[in-house]
Amino acid sequence: MIKISSLVAVTAYTLILTTGAFAAGSHIEIPRNEWSFSGISGQYDKAQLQRGFQIYREACSSCHSLNRIAFRNLAQKGGPEFPEEELKVLASEYEVDALPNEDGEVKKRSAVLSDRFPPLYANEKEARSIHNGALPPDLSVIAKARGTAYVGPWYWHPFAMFADIFNGYQEGGSDYIAALLTGYDEPPETMEISEGMNYNKYYPGHQIAMANPFAGGNNQVEYQSAMIPSTVKQYAKDVAAFLSWASDPTLNQRKQTGWQVLVYLLITGVLLYIAKRRIWASVKH
Amino acid sequence: MKAHNDTYLPSGSISKWIDERLPIMRLMHGQFVDFPTPRNLNYMWTFGGILMFCLVTQIVTGIVLAMHYVPHADMAFDSVQRIKRDVNYGWLIQSIHAVGASMFFIAVYLHIFRGLYYGSYKAPREVLWILGVLIFLAMMATGFLGYTLPWGQMSFWGVTVITNLFSSLDEIVPGLGSSIVTWLWGGYSVTGTTLNRFFSLHFLLPFVIFGLVALHVWALHVSGQNNPTGVEMKVKSDGVPMSPFAVMKDLFALVIFVIMFAWFVFFVPDYLGHADNYIPANPLVTPAHIVPEWYFLPFYAILRAIPSKLGGVIAMFSAIIVLVFIPWLDTSRVRSTKYRPLYRWFFWLFAFTCIALGYLGAMPAEGSYVFWARVFTFY
Repeated sequence: MIKISSLVAVTAYTLILTTGAFAAGSHIEIPRNEWSFSGISGQYDKAQLQRGFQIYREACSSCHSLNRIAFRNLAQKGGPEFPEEELKVLASEYEVDALPNEDGEVKKRSAVLSDRFPPLYANEKEARSIHNGALPPDLSVIAKARGTAYVGPWYWHPFAMFADIFNGYQEGGSDYIAALLTGYDEPPETMEISEGMNYNKYYPGHQIAMANPFAGGNNQVEYQSAMIPSTVKQYAKDVAAFLSWASDPTLNQRKQTGWQVLVYLLITGVLLYIAKRRIWASVKH
Repeated sequence: MKAHNDTYLPSGSISKWIDERLPIMRLMHGQFVDFPTPRNLNYMWTFGGILMFCLVTQIVTGIVLAMHYVPHADMAFDSVQRIKRDVNYGWLIQSIHAVGASMFFIAVYLHIFRGLYYGSYKAPREVLWILGVLIFLAMMATGFLGYTLPWGQMSFWGVTVITNLFSSLDEIVPGLGSSIVTWLWGGYSVTGTTLNRFFSLHFLLPFVIFGLVALHVWALHVSGQNNPTGVEMKVKSDGVPMSPFAVMKDLFALVIFVIMFAWFVFFVPDYLGHADNYIPANPLVTPAHIVPEWYFLPFYAILRAIPSKLGGVIAMFSAIIVLVFIPWLDTSRVRSTKYRPLYRWFFWLFAFTCIALGYLGAMPAEGSYVFWARVFTFY
C-alpha cells in the first residue's frame, strides 16, 4: 500500500509540475472569492443567478451578446430557474429572423423559448466600428475563457496546484470577472491612458476599452430584495456567478453525479482489494 | 511460454462445435486465463491493463462525440458547446474524452518509466519495446490532432506552430519543408480544410493504435513478462495463472486509477486544459503564450531550448526516436535497476529532468541530459 500511495503522490506531483508552465504569464494577483458553487460540492445559488441575470440585462447586454444561451435554458434545473411564463414574456421582447416567407423575404418575428439570445451585431466589423475599434466578446463561455495566474514563489507552485486539484478550484474565471468589474480606478500618476481607454487594476496591461459598467456606483441597479446590499461589489459577484452558470450550466448535475460515482468506486475498490487479498493469500509472493 | 498447460474445457455442445472449427475461445483462455504471470510483480505492472481501459474509453466516447461534432471552421467550436449543453450527458462524455487523453498519457509515461527502470526493453523484448515506442508516437499524433478539434485559440495556434516546424526542413532541401507544410494544411494557411482532415486522421489513428496494441500484447505473450528482479521465470512455480491472480490485482489498481480519473472529470474538468481554448479560434489574434497540452511540454521545452529552428526540431524528434535504440544503447547485462546502483542515479536524474523540462521549458543544457542519461547506462 505504501508503494501505491507514493506512486499516486509522484504521479500527482509530476502532473502538477508539468501543468505549471500554463500558469506563466500575467502576474496580477486576482483575489479569490467564496462562491456558493466553489469546490467539489458547491452548487449554484438560484437567487444569485437571477440577480446576476438582472445585472447582465441592465449593465452588459447592450454591448455583449449571449449567443449560446437559449431562453429555455434560464428555466432549466440547476440554473436561475425563472418561471416559464416570465421567460415567454422576456423572449417576446427580442426579435429574431423568421423563416423565408412564400416570396422569399426574411422577416423578423418575436423570439420564443427555444430561440437563443440573438446576436447584437451583424458581424465583427460592425461591432468594432460601433465600439471605437474594440470588440465586446460574447459572454456565453467567458467564465471558462478567463482564469487567474498563480502569483508566488516557484517552489510553492506545485503545492498550490495540488491544493487546487484537491479542493476542486475551478472558479478562476468567476474570480477574474468579479475582480475586473470592481477594478476600475484612477490611473497611477506615472501611467498615461490612451484615448478612449480606461484604467483597470486587474486587466492585463491595465488599459481596457470597456468603460466601467457600474459607473453609477452603488444603488445603480435596483434589487427586488432589500436583504441584498445594492453595491458594485455585489453586482460584480452576482453577474460573475450568472456568467459562470452560462459557461457551465451542468455544474450542479456534474458534481452530484461525481459524488455518486466516487462512492460507487470506493466501495468497488474495497471489495476488490478484499477479493484480491483472499485470492493471493494462498500464494507466496 | 508455449509450454504451459491448456486447461480449456469447452462445456456445452455449441462451444465444442465452435472449438473444433475456430478455437478462438481456446486461444483467449490460453492467453488471458492460464497465461503464467510472475508472482513477484509490483503495482507498476498494472498499467498495461489500465492503458487498455484508457484506449477503449477514448474510442467509445470518441465515437459518440463524432456523432455530434461538426469539423467545420465556423461550426466546430459551437458544436462542442452544443455537445456540452444540449446533448444528453454530452457534458459527461466530452469531459471523459478530454480528461481521458491526459489520463492516458499519465498511464503511458508511468508504463514507459517502469520499462526503463526494470530493463523491460532488453533481449528478448526488443520488438515488444519498439512496438511500444510506435504506440507512444501514434498516441502523441492522436493527442495533437484531437486537441485541434475544439477549434479554440490554443487549438488553432498549436496547429500553426507545430505544423510550421516542418518548414525548417527548408534549411536542408530548399522548398521541401514548405511543400510539406502546404500539403499538411491543404492550403497556404491553417483553415477549415486542415481541421477537416485532422478530424479524419484523429478518427483513424486510434484504430492504428489498437492494431499496434494487439501486436504489443502478442509480443509480450511470446517472451513472457519481465519482473522486478529482471531474472526470467525458470520453473512453473515462479508464476501464477493470469486469472484470477493478476486479473484481480489489475482490477484493483484500475479502480484506484479510475477514482483519480473521476475526480478530474467531475470536479476539475478544465484543470488540465487552457482557458484560451474557450475563445473561438481567430487567425488574426495570437494568444500571449502558445503552450501545448501538458504531456507535450517536455518535448516542447527541448524544441524551444535550442536556438536554431532546425536544431530544435531535430533534438525534439531525436528525444523520441532515441527510445527505439535503447535496447542496443544499453549494453549492461543486468536487467533490473534494483541491481544497478549507478544507473539508478541516472534513471532518477532522467525522470527529474523530464519533469523539470516540463516545468521550466527553457534550460538549454537540460535537453542533453535526456541523451546523457541513456549514454551513461553502460557503466
